[in-house]
Amino acid sequence: MSTSTATANSHPGLNLGPSHGEAHEQAETVVFGFWVFLMSDLVTFVMFFATYAISIQATAGGPGNADIVDIASIGMQTGALLISSLLFGIATVTMKHGSTPRRVIGWLLASLVFGLCFLGLEVRDFIDAAEKGAVPMRSGYLSAYWALVGLHGLHVTVGSIMILVVCAQIAIFGFAADVKTRVLRLGLYWHFLDIIWIGIFSIVFLPGILT
Amino acid sequence: MSDRDKRARDLRMYFIGFAAAVALTALSFLTAILQPFGPAGVFAALSILAFAQVLVHFRYFLHIDLSRQKREDLHLILFTGLIIAIMAAGTIWILGNLMMRMM
Repeated sequence: MSTSTATANSHPGLNLGPSHGEAHEQAETVVFGFWVFLMSDLVTFVMFFATYAISIQATAGGPGNADIVDIASIGMQTGALLISSLLFGIATVTMKHGSTPRRVIGWLLASLVFGLCFLGLEVRDFIDAAEKGAVPMRSGYLSAYWALVGLHGLHVTVGSIMILVVCAQIAIFGFAADVKTRVLRLGLYWHFLDIIWIGIFSIVFLPGILT
Repeated sequence: MSDRDKRARDLRMYFIGFAAAVALTALSFLTAILQPFGPAGVFAALSILAFAQVLVHFRYFLHIDLSRQKREDLHLILFTGLIIAIMAAGTIWILGNLMMRMM
């Protein structure tokens, strides 16, 4: 990959490039700030993971890991998040290369649809778990489980709302410089949640089906 | 390079990342479902696959690489990694120890 100054990246995520003028100049600072937030959010998540890891045997006779995992649902949730991430990536690329606001909003809404699919499946799994008596107050293990998976779900919910917000901003203000950098930052957030989800399915769900 | 080529190159990053992520996810799920190795082997395989997928996401979705321009971002990731290692390992060590004494 070429690293000449014309194509050099100045911040994480997709770089708009010098042809975007003001937005590209702003992006380095605001995206770095957002990156600091994401990394601190990562520390928060890791502490929830650590709490989960030490609580895994603290089931107090209640439902454990193996009782609440629906592997087909987890597979679909993983797929929905990955597709959503890809669609958001396409949205940012089309924005960078001069697509119309309408088309970019279309990609963003497509990404949102898959995010909502994920949330729907997750809520259904939570309801199933609650019906089996696996409620957060049942045991230390279940508190840690609901806190970790719920925290990720909460992040996806906030991200979904923010997708609607940036879509509205694009529709109202067009591609103003700060609207463009907001889309970039939301993209980082959305891809970041995917990375957290890798940890969740590898640490929480897949070990649950091991015999 | 024309705009069309640049656009195709940007899109290709996401498609490569997506394909690699799907492949690694599928391998993780297959490992857990089929359990081709013993318990320790399965956990090792899941850890390696998860780590590889995290790297894929960082490289192709977040566009983090080892180029000079983005050293600060990489430094921040590495520093966060250090903090995480201290805090997570400390939590697991101390609270795990406490739990063993309570059993």
